[in-house]
Amino acid sequence: MTPSHLLDALFPAGHAVRVDGPVLAGTASGPTGVVAVLGTCGAAEVGVEVALRLAGELLAVLRAHPGRPVVFLVDTRGQRMSRRDELLGLASYLGHLAATVGLARQRGHRLVAVLFGDASSGGVLPLGFMADEIHAVDGANPWVMALPAMARVTKLPLERLEALSRGSAVLAPGLESFLRLGGVDQRWEPPLAPRLAAALQRPSGPDARDLLGHQRGGRPLAAEVARRVAAAPGPVGR
Amino acid sequence: MRPAALDRRSWREATARRRLAALLDPGSFVEWLAPASRVTSPHLATLGLPVAFDDGAVVGEGRLQGQRVLLAAQEGAFMGGAVGEVHGAKLTGLLRRALRERPAGVLLLLDSGGVRLQEANAGLVAVSEVMRALLEARAAGVPVIGLIGGAWGCFGGMGIVAGCCDALAMSEEGRLGVSGPDVLETVKGVEELDSADRALVWRTWGGKHRWLLGDADRLVADDLGAFRAAALELLAAPRPLELETLEASHRALARRLERLGGASDAREAWRSLGVQDLDQVAGMEPEQLVRAEGARRGIR
Amino acid sequence: MERLEFEVECGSGAAAAAAAPVVVGVVASGNLEVLVEQGAPAGRCRFSVDTSVRGFGETWRAVVEDFAARQRPSGLVFSLNDAGATPAVVSLRLDQAVEEFRGARR
Repeated sequence: MTPSHLLDALFPAGHAVRVDGPVLAGTASGPTGVVAVLGTCGAAEVGVEVALRLAGELLAVLRAHPGRPVVFLVDTRGQRMSRRDELLGLASYLGHLAATVGLARQRGHRLVAVLFGDASSGGVLPLGFMADEIHAVDGANPWVMALPAMARVTKLPLERLEALSRGSAVLAPGLESFLRLGGVDQRWEPPLAPRLAAALQRPSGPDARDLLGHQRGGRPLAAEVARRVAAAPGPVGR
Repeated sequence: MRPAALDRRSWREATARRRLAALLDPGSFVEWLAPASRVTSPHLATLGLPVAFDDGAVVGEGRLQGQRVLLAAQEGAFMGGAVGEVHGAKLTGLLRRALRERPAGVLLLLDSGGVRLQEANAGLVAVSEVMRALLEARAAGVPVIGLIGGAWGCFGGMGIVAGCCDALAMSEEGRLGVSGPDVLETVKGVEELDSADRALVWRTWGGKHRWLLGDADRLVADDLGAFRAAALELLAAPRPLELETLEASHRALARRLERLGGASDAREAWRSLGVQDLDQVAGMEPEQLVRAEGARRGIR
Repeated sequence: MERLEFEVECGSGAAAAAAAPVVVGVVASGNLEVLVEQGAPAGRCRFSVDTSVRGFGETWRAVVEDFAARQRPSGLVFSLNDAGATPAVVSLRLDQAVEEFRGARR
């Protein structure tokens, strides 16, 4: 799905979103007023410049429009892989972007992510996967690494990995897997606008992706492990 | 080479458990989901790979000079400290606990190549849950400090986790990045990066470079006591998650890009920063470099 | 992976004093971790081994019997996650584990 098709489908009442290279930013008419729109397109590689621009756009929303909901549109093949980005400290730029999203949540901005293309690794972690709710539309393709590369790194034979990945939400790339793991909440079918409107109007709650992954059978242990660590009894007298 | 007698003090050579013990007041560590709970990775077992009783993550609480802190330590020797479903959920649980209990801080002893590819998708989601829990703890006023000096450095999604912390302490031997040298060479070719060029790897990801640029707040010797001292200092100077602090970070990162964006190598970047005696940087002890830079920046 | 279980006579030595479980070693290539807990009957000790290298059951039996005769870890249960350690490394880790459990290193 192209960004303009997606924007028309999500915001039939109108939108003013600039597409500037790999970065999308602007505003749109939401169910209860103006929402901010921020994201990437064209399977963007998120390097230091893109990360800084996204963080800058979001900081401007926090400064000028307290409480305004933000919709993240996600199409990224991951962090930009280059010696220059690493030299300049990409970890700090991506961390800064994630922290900005964390601050937006703390200040009461409702955050909804819509995956509409690739959603991979260091590109999806600091923005899309930091939202309160994460949904997917036609074309969404979350993944970590293609199976041939995974075979090289893990030293598992490709045929074996392919056989294992069938039916394995943990190994098989793609939306089906991430739905089962709880990493993506819902797959949205058209019409998209009412879906988004409903998501924007739900109250924010704690991160429940691990519970969802348990219910859907993709992650048997995450929710229970996190709960046990979070609630383990401390030493007597605390 | 370092004298063998000193290696018992080496952070890099120590296991995750040894690092925790050396950091904390003696006998104060209490572990949650300890090895005897046997919460191991179901996914590694499916692949016919060995599991570890702690899945490579040790989490618990202890006292650091009397202050109650929560801690997580990644064991780099097991699967490169990489994050799978259980490993990640232990870190997330710890940070959610911090949100509720408001300890003096959370210390993350990072030693990880990032997402565990044998659990690829679950690892990626797990890292994002760690990031969200970390930032919620920070938003509630609990400082989260990262300590990086293990043999595996801190890469991939865990590099971004490090970038979410209040502050970082690194040793010269520590490395921090997103795409590590092996990944860069494999994906982009040896022309982009020759991972066998140790000096280049060190200048691109190593602790001194990260400290000179401002990614790391403390540069310390590869010594258990030095990390303890740095952790204490950083706990006392939190960087709260507020609009003003993030706007300040933003200006600093924008300025870095303006000044250093054209640099082709770390030495060029250091020159632009005004670092003197470029040839000496590699050979200097961390304390020497910190002193020299402190004096230079103070004069300016 | 292969799972091996052994229960070995280790004399009538006094059962170890109650202590918290102890883990030593790390699961890394050529290395292993050993978890020590109470739970075997007096005069016996148990070993539960998960190893990445198949077909060395008799070697494992010899190593744990030698260890049991040497250390007499009466009443203790040893759980091992092994990633291809040599018998010498296994013996060393078992010794470290039982010594740490008994508090010899404190």
